[in-house]
Amino acid sequence: MKLSRKWLNEFVDCSSVSDKEFAEAMTISGSKVEIVTDLGAEFHNVVVGRCLSMERHPNSDHMWVLQIDVGAEEPIQICTGAWNVHVGDLVPVAKHKSTLPGGVKITKGKLRGVVSNGMLCGLSELGLDTRDFPYGAIQAAAILGDYHVLPGEQPSIPADVAPGHKIYGKVIAARVEKCETVAYAQFRLTLDTGKGQAETTTPCQNIHEGDMICYNTATGEVLTLAGLHAQQKEFPNCIEDGIFILNEDCKPGDDLTQVLGLDDHVVEFEITPNRPDCLGVIGLAREAAVTFGQPLQLHQPEVKGCGESILNHADVDILDPDLCPRYCGRLVRNVKIGPSPKWMRERLRASGVRPINNIVDITNYVMLEYGQPMHSFDFACVEGSHINVRRAYPDEEMTTLDGKPHKLSENMLVIADEKKPVCIAGVMGGANSEITDQTTSVFFESANFNGVSIRKTAMALGMRTEASGRYEKGLDPMNTLPAVERACELVELLGCGEVLDGIIDVVAQDYVPTSLQLQPDKVNKLLGTDISAEEMKKILTDLGFTLEGDTIYVPSWRSDVAHYSDIAEEVARFYGYNNLPTTLMKGDTTRGGLTDKQKAEKSLGQIFRGLGYSEILTYSFISPSDYSKIRMPEDSPLRKSVTILNPLGEDTSIMRTTAIPSLLETLARNYNHRNPAAKLYEIAKIYLPVEGQELADERQQLCLGGYGEGLDFFSFKGAIETVLDALGIQDAKYTAKKDDPTFHPGRCAQLWVGGKAVGTFGQIHPLVAKNYGMDLPLFAAQLDFADLLACRQSEVLYQPLPKFPAVERDIAVVCDESIPVAQLSDCIARGGKGLVKEVKLFDIYTGKPIPQGKKSVAFALKLRAEDHTLTDAEADGDIKAILALLEQECQAVLR
Amino acid sequence: MKEQLAKIRDEALEAIRGTDAAAALDAVRVKYLGKKGELTALLKQTGKLPPEERPVVGQLANEVRTALTEAIAAQNKALADAALNLKLAAETVDVTIPGTKTELGHKHPLSIVIDEITDVFTGMGFEVAEGPEVELADYNFTKLNIEEGHPGREWTDTFYTKEDSSVLLRSQTSPIQIRVMEAKKPPIRMIAPGRVFRKDEVDATHSPMFHQIEGMVVDKGITMADLKGTLNEVVKALYGPDAVTRFRPHHFPFTEPSCEVDMQCFECKGKGCPMCKGEGWIEILGAGMVHPKVLEGCGIDTEVYSGWAFGMGVERLVMRRFGIKDLRLLFENDVRFLKQF
Repeated sequence: MKLSRKWLNEFVDCSSVSDKEFAEAMTISGSKVEIVTDLGAEFHNVVVGRCLSMERHPNSDHMWVLQIDVGAEEPIQICTGAWNVHVGDLVPVAKHKSTLPGGVKITKGKLRGVVSNGMLCGLSELGLDTRDFPYGAIQAAAILGDYHVLPGEQPSIPADVAPGHKIYGKVIAARVEKCETVAYAQFRLTLDTGKGQAETTTPCQNIHEGDMICYNTATGEVLTLAGLHAQQKEFPNCIEDGIFILNEDCKPGDDLTQVLGLDDHVVEFEITPNRPDCLGVIGLAREAAVTFGQPLQLHQPEVKGCGESILNHADVDILDPDLCPRYCGRLVRNVKIGPSPKWMRERLRASGVRPINNIVDITNYVMLEYGQPMHSFDFACVEGSHINVRRAYPDEEMTTLDGKPHKLSENMLVIADEKKPVCIAGVMGGANSEITDQTTSVFFESANFNGVSIRKTAMALGMRTEASGRYEKGLDPMNTLPAVERACELVELLGCGEVLDGIIDVVAQDYVPTSLQLQPDKVNKLLGTDISAEEMKKILTDLGFTLEGDTIYVPSWRSDVAHYSDIAEEVARFYGYNNLPTTLMKGDTTRGGLTDKQKAEKSLGQIFRGLGYSEILTYSFISPSDYSKIRMPEDSPLRKSVTILNPLGEDTSIMRTTAIPSLLETLARNYNHRNPAAKLYEIAKIYLPVEGQELADERQQLCLGGYGEGLDFFSFKGAIETVLDALGIQDAKYTAKKDDPTFHPGRCAQLWVGGKAVGTFGQIHPLVAKNYGMDLPLFAAQLDFADLLACRQSEVLYQPLPKFPAVERDIAVVCDESIPVAQLSDCIARGGKGLVKEVKLFDIYTGKPIPQGKKSVAFALKLRAEDHTLTDAEADGDIKAILALLEQECQAVLR
Repeated sequence: MKEQLAKIRDEALEAIRGTDAAAALDAVRVKYLGKKGELTALLKQTGKLPPEERPVVGQLANEVRTALTEAIAAQNKALADAALNLKLAAETVDVTIPGTKTELGHKHPLSIVIDEITDVFTGMGFEVAEGPEVELADYNFTKLNIEEGHPGREWTDTFYTKEDSSVLLRSQTSPIQIRVMEAKKPPIRMIAPGRVFRKDEVDATHSPMFHQIEGMVVDKGITMADLKGTLNEVVKALYGPDAVTRFRPHHFPFTEPSCEVDMQCFECKGKGCPMCKGEGWIEILGAGMVHPKVLEGCGIDTEVYSGWAFGMGVERLVMRRFGIKDLRLLFENDVRFLKQF
């Protein structure tokens, strides 16, 4: 919401408050100010000037030398290349040592040898355009003296063209003998047509005495480039641009910012959706009045009327009272469409609204002032006199003001005449009843609609308008009447029509004000304050609440207040949030802190990082095609995912059931960014749908992976083993997993803890790597965090240190290459009689003299008894038993 | 004989000092002090001396022996020192050559900030709560006093996983408030960091997935003054004792009164600069007193209990803290980015 401070001052005098103070105080009382803009800040030393005389520049074929009255004793001389200035015109003058928007500095100088004491300005140099000043649009005639033959073409007009020369059809060349300004941008020309004199008028501003123009003898029209079917290149100086000729009530020497209404400061607010009342000048004025302790001066609109009653011309029925609690309307006849007055245009512009014409401007003005959207439509386009507020019929069609056709549905509310809809309620009017220059009777609508319905309609039609954006927040039903009254008052003030007597005011839902009990103790208890009931009452009364004893009646524009806590907020806002005490909580202390799982997560992170793995955070959603990229079998239950029904795109449309795709994608990105190595981990959530249950089984996975120098299967496995050690997991087992298509069939392990498969890790299958655009060994692991946590060794119990020395024995056995080392070490652990305390693999050898297909595996064993020093014979006995078991179960023989 | 003793002493001392190795020194010792050594041999002859001279010569001989023994010990030490010094010199390394370092991994910047904030709160007796990310609309909206028809419920804003809009990806961490209140009785002091999801296209400041931290206290006699006091402490813990805060009214459906908390811009100290977009203040979080309707919906008696809650976005905090200009970097996980934290 953009607020003009000039407009605000009409309701509450804040003129003595600086912009900074204003912004600060309003923000603190709850109306957050985003930015304050001084509209005239960039103007300095730019004034109104009047053109006293003009001569063609002696050294230029297109420039003029002007004497300009700038309100000083002596006129100043300025050169300009623009052709649309005439003697008597009022023009913006940037004098010597002036500044213009964009930081442009103007100083005096010489233009082709002639002194110029400044610059005349066009709209763009003033930071404006024709939307700000529609009358500033310029039309240009084709001046034959500016004709340039296009390269490589025959001239279509001779260089020595004389009056009377036929251009085409009825169009001839004519010389301007006299050019008089008769009104703003209206010129009477006296022409030499070669066969005598002719007179005509034209809006073209670039014509001066002596110019040769193109004249249509049949229509009396002076031709523009378009009329001549000429290109701009052929007439380089006949452009629809030039100096902004002022049509304002001003005199030479006046400060231009004041003349153009740029002497205003605009405050831009961020208004929260619960306060649509603050989307109007009056609503903000009410806040400002309480904030600054100034009286609020509200205005009671008064309409005189014209003696004729609306009853004979129009009536309204609300057929769907649930969607339209109230509908007010008034009728205006003998409408004269034209521009609205300068003050109104200035305020609209300051509020960021483009002026259009008096009637449309009035509806916008009232919306900005009252916060109540208004609609006006051409009543001549209404068939019959009966207006219905009803749901659209199925497949009913209507073209809106923006020219777009819409197919409506029964969920949408329309304003309709007896035959057709003329407006989509609260969203946009219909093109069929648009206000045009020919409009003579106007119906002003000021209605209250159901916010949710308006929002849904606007969304369904894809057209969120200023009006719908306001309605969807839920507006004050009591505001419709004053708003339509204000609109009609403005019609009379602007003299742009006759307002018929009587107001149509259909109330479909009675408004009952909300009442609450003032409970000062409860408010103080919530705020931690000791504010008196009187102070609370004063704040509430100032804000427009009414009090009868301790009963509070909430004003109609504050539907957000419905509870004692809302009252507490109102009190706190104006008592000042920053004046509330600051205390530390009393009450029972709580232990707080992290759960075991959270602590484990934290320490796991430290271990991963200690091992050189960096933490990543990846999106929880993936693409369904990711499952195929990791070669997940078609019938895998993990392909069943929680599906997002309205995803941003296919790529982020399902919740992952494995974190491997996220990891591989991240590795691939690093690879593509030419990072030579990456070691990454994530404690990643996966989301497993559960049959018959609304919510997913959300499990955390320890996901790690990497590529690059120094990373191979065993260093990767070592990292996992270290992590398990750190978690306190003692009975981890590994088996070869050959059937997981994501992984290399010969380099993939299943991790077992407590007899349960808790994860998979290994080298990624080269076909998967290729799917991610990588052709180097990649490693990845996915372990279930909750399963691992459940298998932690719960309590540490101290084991006494050994009292007797150990006997060390190395054994090397030869067996088939296919026998896993784990099977051998398992035999060793089981084979003895309990004396083996440690088994350590120290060598695996293949090659001569070991036979083909066999391998030699060497272990270092430590044997020890707890109660005596072991004899060699005892140790030998155990070793013998171990070797026997190795041979029996693994066909492994001592080397 | 006295002369002989003096001669032996002089010769022996010279020989001792002249040795340059332990073996040579030992040879000198044997030569003079050994069983068949010169001094030993000479001493054997003292018996032949007249009795009155014997003690004098004996004493002199002992002095010579002591002197030689000490000289040998000293020379021995000198030789050992020299040898050690030589060895040490030979073992000298260039200490400026880089060591054999273990490359450490790095914590993600989002985790750094989340952990920091979590630490501050757990130190104040808060527990860390968690909740489902695929959540019921009831918890994400209804029980938080967010009415049917609220724009946030639109399919253009929130991701849904069920046609009837009953299940969604949580769009805020606030549903955890409800889950905690339903699961346990006051006193409650909890914070809940977590992932949230909104239908925003990816750009430099938006992501469909981001992180929030939620916090809530429910107990007897909790006031808005407590909210201010606690959050002020937290801001000081995170930003230093000089951090200045400002509380200003705002609107959230599930708190009333509601506020936003700004911190005075640490770049310009409130004067206004590009960092704070000229405002002098930087918004850091939203907060308020838990709406009585929300408490009552969770079966908490508002005549006895009240509470406050806050929520903050983590990404913006992280970006400001580390000077990261593009949000996408946080989820691209480029190791060159991660290594900086």
